[in-house]
Amino acid sequence: MVQYHQTRFDASFAALSDATRRGVLEQLGRSDASITDLAEKFHMTLTGMKKHVSVLEQAGLVTTEKIGRVRKCRLGRSRLEEEAGWIERYRQLWDARFDELDKIVEELNQKEKTDGRNK
Amino acid sequence: MDAISERTNIERTSERELVVTRTFAAPAHIVFEAWSKPELFKRWWAPKSIGIPLLSCEMDVRTGGTYRLEFGHDASTSWVFYGKYIEVIPNARLVWTNEEAADGAVTTVTFEEKDGKTLLVVHDLYPTKDALDEAVASGSTGGFGEQFEQLDALLIALGAIPVER
Repeated sequence: MVQYHQTRFDASFAALSDATRRGVLEQLGRSDASITDLAEKFHMTLTGMKKHVSVLEQAGLVTTEKIGRVRKCRLGRSRLEEEAGWIERYRQLWDARFDELDKIVEELNQKEKTDGRNK
Repeated sequence: MDAISERTNIERTSERELVVTRTFAAPAHIVFEAWSKPELFKRWWAPKSIGIPLLSCEMDVRTGGTYRLEFGHDASTSWVFYGKYIEVIPNARLVWTNEEAADGAVTTVTFEEKDGKTLLVVHDLYPTKDALDEAVASGSTGGFGEQFEQLDALLIALGAIPVER
């Protein structure tokens, strides 16, 4: 199971390391699109866009389906959400920690100001 | 410049690194104090919302000094995290190892003061890409019960793998 996850996360993070591919995901988040639509939107050749979509597809971030002569792309939601979920959980831990730290910092700051005035 | 977000930001900045940032409304020496005195540190490192208390906290914050943190509800089911401070520059920088796991991260915390505020950056550098992937992957499999507790303990130790005693 861990192995399976690891390979998946590897592929996902590699796929997300490219700005165009992140743009494609953002675009597909708004609406499904064909590879031709995407190539036009990102001012790329059809071949170039096919490569990007293929990387995203291998990472499970995008699914494609041939409808007639057009290849439709849509977001493969679950994996993206899983990764975002982990990051969000980790962020929440730090957020909770830092909220507590904030209180202590405030307390020390007040104490120093008071002590400073009393000297 | 209050545009600097006071929210906690987190980013995987490379294959081997995770970076957490937040700005605190106090000078660096105060924020540093809360990180380097055990009696203050233990008041915030394991916030209540996490649900796992810090049973003990020993820290000798100086270059070459060690730390030992024990989490859990009682001593028989606790997790121990330990390591060494490899660099300590008062009010500016803390670097420690996470030695409970063979491929634990090296954590660097920097305190950058600007206009009376402090930008805090927590930087976890894993020895390999696989080690960080594994920390992320194990985080994603956690669901509930004991697994959740382990995950929490895992996260508390900045993604290092817990040692069960």
